[in-house]
This record gives sequence, C-alpha cells and structure tokens, in this order.
Amino acid sequence: MQSKLNLDQSLIEKARNSARQIAEDTQFFIDKHTTVAVERTVARLLEIDDVDEIDTPLPNVVVDNIKEGGGLGLGTSYWMGNAMIHTGKNPQEIAQMVSTGEIDLTKVPVADYTKIQEKVTVLAKKMVERIRKNREQRDEFLNTLGEGPRPYLYVIVATGNIYEDVLQAQAAAKQGADIIAVIRTTGQSLLDYVPYGPTTEGFGGTYATQENFRIMRKALDEVGNEVGRYIRLCNYCSGLCMPEIAAMGAMERLDVMLNDALYGILFRDINIQRTLVDQYFSRIINGFTGVIINTGEDNYLTTSDAVEEAHTVLASQFINEQFALKAGLPEEQMGLGHAFEMTPDLKNGFLLELAQAQMAREIFPNAPLKYMPPTKYMTGNIYKGHIQDALFNMVAIMTNQSLQLLGMLTEAIHTPLLQDRALSIENAKYVFNNARDISSEIEFKKDGIIQKRAQEVLANAADMLEQIENEGLFETIAQGKFAGVKRAMDGGKGLEGVTLKQEKYFNPFIELMLGGAR
Amino acid sequence: MAINQVDLTKIKPYGDTMNDGMVQLCFTLPVPCGEEAKEAAKRLASKMGLEEPAVVDAKDLGVGYTMFVMYGKCQHTVDYTVIEVPKVDVEVMDKYGVEDFIKENIKRDVVIVGACTGTDAHTVGIDAIMNMKGYAGHYGLERYKGVEAINLGSQVPNEEFIAKAIELKADVLLISQVVTQKDIHIQNLTNLVELLEAEGIRDKIVLICGGPRINHELAKELGFDAGFGSGSFAEDVASFAVNEIVDRGLVDISR
Repeated sequence: MQSKLNLDQSLIEKARNSARQIAEDTQFFIDKHTTVAVERTVARLLEIDDVDEIDTPLPNVVVDNIKEGGGLGLGTSYWMGNAMIHTGKNPQEIAQMVSTGEIDLTKVPVADYTKIQEKVTVLAKKMVERIRKNREQRDEFLNTLGEGPRPYLYVIVATGNIYEDVLQAQAAAKQGADIIAVIRTTGQSLLDYVPYGPTTEGFGGTYATQENFRIMRKALDEVGNEVGRYIRLCNYCSGLCMPEIAAMGAMERLDVMLNDALYGILFRDINIQRTLVDQYFSRIINGFTGVIINTGEDNYLTTSDAVEEAHTVLASQFINEQFALKAGLPEEQMGLGHAFEMTPDLKNGFLLELAQAQMAREIFPNAPLKYMPPTKYMTGNIYKGHIQDALFNMVAIMTNQSLQLLGMLTEAIHTPLLQDRALSIENAKYVFNNARDISSEIEFKKDGIIQKRAQEVLANAADMLEQIENEGLFETIAQGKFAGVKRAMDGGKGLEGVTLKQEKYFNPFIELMLGGAR
Repeated sequence: MAINQVDLTKIKPYGDTMNDGMVQLCFTLPVPCGEEAKEAAKRLASKMGLEEPAVVDAKDLGVGYTMFVMYGKCQHTVDYTVIEVPKVDVEVMDKYGVEDFIKENIKRDVVIVGACTGTDAHTVGIDAIMNMKGYAGHYGLERYKGVEAINLGSQVPNEEFIAKAIELKADVLLISQVVTQKDIHIQNLTNLVELLEAEGIRDKIVLICGGPRINHELAKELGFDAGFGSGSFAEDVASFAVNEIVDRGLVDISR
C-alpha cells in the first residue's frame, strides 16, 4: 500500500522493535507463572462444566481444591490426569467427586508422570479437534453464505435478558449488522468465576455464560441463513476470567472477542501479573480458534485527552501486536483498537481523526482494525450525536477501517433501543455506500496538517516505546504512562490467584494450540 | 402587536407559531409496518394528548416491529408560574474563587475523595470533575490549590470506599453513578448512606453524588447533601462543597 502520510518507515520499524523487546521481557515473567483462571480454563477444556448445589462452577471447585492442597503450581492437567488414572473416571465425574468431598485431588497417590501426561493429552487432543471443527464450520459459513463488506457493521445488544438480546440481535442482522456483541453485565469482569446457564437479569448488559453463548450463536446462525450473510458473534474476553471466556467462546464458535493485554490492569484495577499471564493463555486459545480479538486502546481516550494522548494509543497497539504474536495470534486476527474521541469543538478535529485512523491503517496493514465511535463528547442532543456518528463513519470509509463499532445517537442516555440501533445502521450504510471507494481516490497534501499530525504521533509513540523498553512495562504502568492510571505490581484484584509454575507443571493445550510455534 | 404574548400560566410547545403545541416524537410499536400500524401510532399519539397526529415516517425494523417519526399538537398546558425546583443553592465561584475561599475560610487543605461505586465502571463523569484536565475547558479538582483530590476510579465497593475515606480523612465524598438500568444506582446510593450512618460519620462529611440521571432533588431524597446532573463542572461541585464545610462547621473536625 502506498503511504499517504509519508511516514518514516524506519521509525515504524524502531517502534515495533521496542515493542517486541518489551513483550519478550514480559514473556519471561509470563512463562514462569500460572493462575487460577488459567487452570480453570484447562478444567473447562477437559470438559468440566456444571455447578454444585450452591451454584459454584465445578471448574472453580476443582481448582480451589488443588489450590488449597498447595498443588496449583503443577496445574489442573497434572492433578486431573493423576486422578483419572487412580479412579478410572472422567474429569467431569472426578469434579463431582471433588464437590461432594469424595476425593481430594492433591492427596491422591501420584502416578507416573509420563502416564499422567498421556492420559490428559488424549482428552486435550479431542477438545482441540472439536475447536478446530468449529473453525472449519465458520470458514464453511463464510464460503457458502458470505459476509458483509468491510468495515463490518458492529453493534451491541445489552438488555440483560439473553432472550430479549436474541430479538434485538436478529433485528440488527436484518437491518444490516455484521457483528453482534453482547455487552456483559456491569461488574462481571470482577467476578472470579463464570456464571452458569441462561440468564435473564443483568445491569447494563447480559452475563457471559456458555449457555448464553450457545443461545445467541444458534440465533445468529438462523438469521444469517435468512439474510444470506454470516453474522459474527462477539463477547468480552477480559476481567478475572479472561482465558475461561476464551475457552467457552472456542467451544461455542464465537468469532470476535474483546481481549486486551493491558485493559484490565488499567481500567478494572486487576492485578498486572494476573492479567499478563491470563491474557497469554486466552490469546493462545483465540489465536487457534480463528477469533478476531479487539484491543481496548479506545478506552485511553475516554479518560485522557484524545489529541494530547494519541501516541499512547499507537504505543499500546504496538505492544498489543507483539503480545498477540507471542501467543501465536496472526495479524489477520488482531483487531487493534482506536477511537474517534476528540472534542467536536476542535478546529480541524476531523483532520486529526483522519490522520490517526489512516496512520493506524498504514502501520498495521493486515490488522482488522476496530474503530470505536464518539462517546465522551456525546450529549443528550441526539441530533448532533447522529452527525458526530456520521463524521466518524466518514473517517472509517476514507481510511479503510475493518470493524466499525457503530455509534448510537442516544449514547450517554441509555443502552440502545431497537430504533436507535436501526438509525445508526442506516447512517453507516448510507455513508459507506455513498463513499465506498473514496479511499482509493484521495491522497493527502504533502506536509499538510494530516501528514504532519500522523508523523508527530508516530514520533511520540516511538519515543514512548523506547522509554518503556528501557524502564520495563511494569514500571511504566506503575508511573501512570497509560491513560494516566497508576498500577502497582502487587496492587489490584486477583493477585492471590497467581502462582509460580513448578518443574513438572503440565498444560497440554499450550503446546497443542500454539502448534509448536514457540 | 402581531405576535401573541406568552401566557406563563398556560404554556405549551412552540413550533413556529405561539401555542401551536408542536411536538415531535419517535417510538417503535411491536407490530409489522403497514396502514394498520400507522393508524395504531396515530391513536396512541391522540391518547398522549396530541391533536392532528401525523406519521411522517414509518420504517420496518426487521422483526415485524415498526419505528415511527411523528408530529402532533399538544393540547395540554402547564402553569409555569407555580413551578419550584430544588436546586443546589450556592453562588458558583470559579477555580480561583474556590481557592481563595479555602485559604480565607478553611485555612487547610480540603480532602475530596471520589469514585464510581458499586459495579459501575463508567468513570467519564468522575474523571470530568476530578482529573487535572477537567472537561470542556473547566479544570478538574486535582488542579485546585488547597484541594487534595483523590479519584479512586471505578467499581469501588461502598465498604471499601468508606474505609478509604476514613483513612484519608476525607471532608467531601463524590460518588458518580452512570449506569441506572433497573434503578441500580438508587440501591447503591441508598446503601452508601446507610453504611455511612452506621459508621457514625455521615454528619461529619459532605456527601455529593452526580451522574447524567441524577439531580439535586433525587440526591436530597436519598440522603445526600447535593446532586449534580449533566452539564455540571468542577467549580459547581467545589463551590457547594467548600461552602457546606464552613456552613456546617466541619472546618475543625478531625477523624
């Protein structure tokens, strides 16, 4: 692609190298640790499901039992494989025995290590095969049904009731949406377990549960067949159960997942060690599953100023890219995030937004960029809001964005009504169609406002990455360089769930899903 | 005079002629688009008190539901002269005014602790009031001399918020609530007041809430000292808080 911004390619290379180094330094730490969430994920991938009589998910029951016995550093696979040899039962049956107190996993006589590995690997391969089939099925749908053109129209549903969500999602698909994201209920990211079963109550969103995933998947396949387009399903692979959600999504064929390496640390005050370890395994799963991840850089701009802090978005995109590559997630699945969040009062603000969006496009040419709509400066004036959203759509089509999270004219008032979503889809379809090929028709003036702005942001991002490379990621976050939020190494939620791996730690899924890439 | 005077005892909407009552509205009915749907919308508008209801747009939303854009003439009036709305009753000072006020009347730093409490993760409001940068050209409390502003961020449980407030010897507590689905904010704010009373510190602090769906009247009802809705800035909140500290004799209080 011809650069329209006259960006210094060597500066891009330098920034990318810094990010690579940052990710590598952090990966040393990640590789040495596991977490309760990672181990619960392994339990889920070994097909442990259901809840006990007080609604505690069995994956939690199993991992709590291992943790209390001091065995977390060896991993769920190790103890589960051992118990399978001892009892001759399958993981689900063993999990039920743990819940009734019939077995204490770390007290079972220890079998031969190779035998344990063999036993679990058989099951792991079966699950990996199931996930591979899901991936093939998605490809099959895409080949037969097809999909909408990019930018994909991405809308959210958030009623709290999965069955009401289905109605809204099917309506959105019929109106033209390509991706349906079911917003999670507020607060789910801080739950250290994944709720169970279909749910009909939530605040500002709907619980992510495996059953809810299944219900929505079925509904979208139905409506997809009807409208002749594959409709992608999106959920939130973040918070304290990041990898578990990834596993559930893999089993139920979700297509898109919010999945940021730093978001939970900065915006949910989840412990930094916990998040980094969790994001790694979650991305291995998402990578293997063919899921497009969405990173959360747009959030920086809701707390910080979108003009002054634009370079932090780019720096974070570079870092997210490198962490994703570490987890075997290809560029084609990296929905790096950015946003249209400058104040509408800014003179030439549209030009700066254009510069930022074009810059992201050129620096990450293969990434399905996720472009987020105005939120911070949306008011109760829905008429103006609708125009702000139209300008946002205009930037997207002018710069070839990939996943367009549609702005709602009622942003800042309520979660979208059926008609709000219809209006915003109409808005996007109008702009995208009316200016479909504009990006290949325009160039930007040499050394004009747009070129200079992009060059400046890139230079600042490269500087910032160099600083992080020198000081380390943990230190940078502790100093509040991202989004003005300071997080300490030992602060935040979920640290107690992080543990050092022991020498015989065993998790067959890393090997199987990374495909020996690392 | 060619143009009718406004009768404040009987006001109604203005479109382009005094007392024409012109109202625009938009809603969806769960029926398929068609003449029956339009008639249903018109009848509904009539029941709302609109005369000459007109459907100017009707659009199928894909699941057998129809969205309408309508106009109609409102037949009702209200008496503007008898309206009384409780408001935060304080003269708003600018940043420098607040700083001077603190220097002259309080003579020590005022500690303001803020958070999005409960499960609410939307910090945009509390950030606009507290963060250095502020919002729309109005600096946030962190930039005020004589104010020690601590923003605890999002999803802070009420218990944790109170513990932190006591530890930091807070004079003022700011609670932001953005998510209001199913009135979750009411439960959460009520719970906070109850906890503060149980701790015996409710009367020793200035308690303020804010958010797009919050107003002063609601705040007072829930047991807060003040409530601020959208369009409020740091100086509105600060002006109220510092006056309240002085008026309630909280200057020399220590916990």
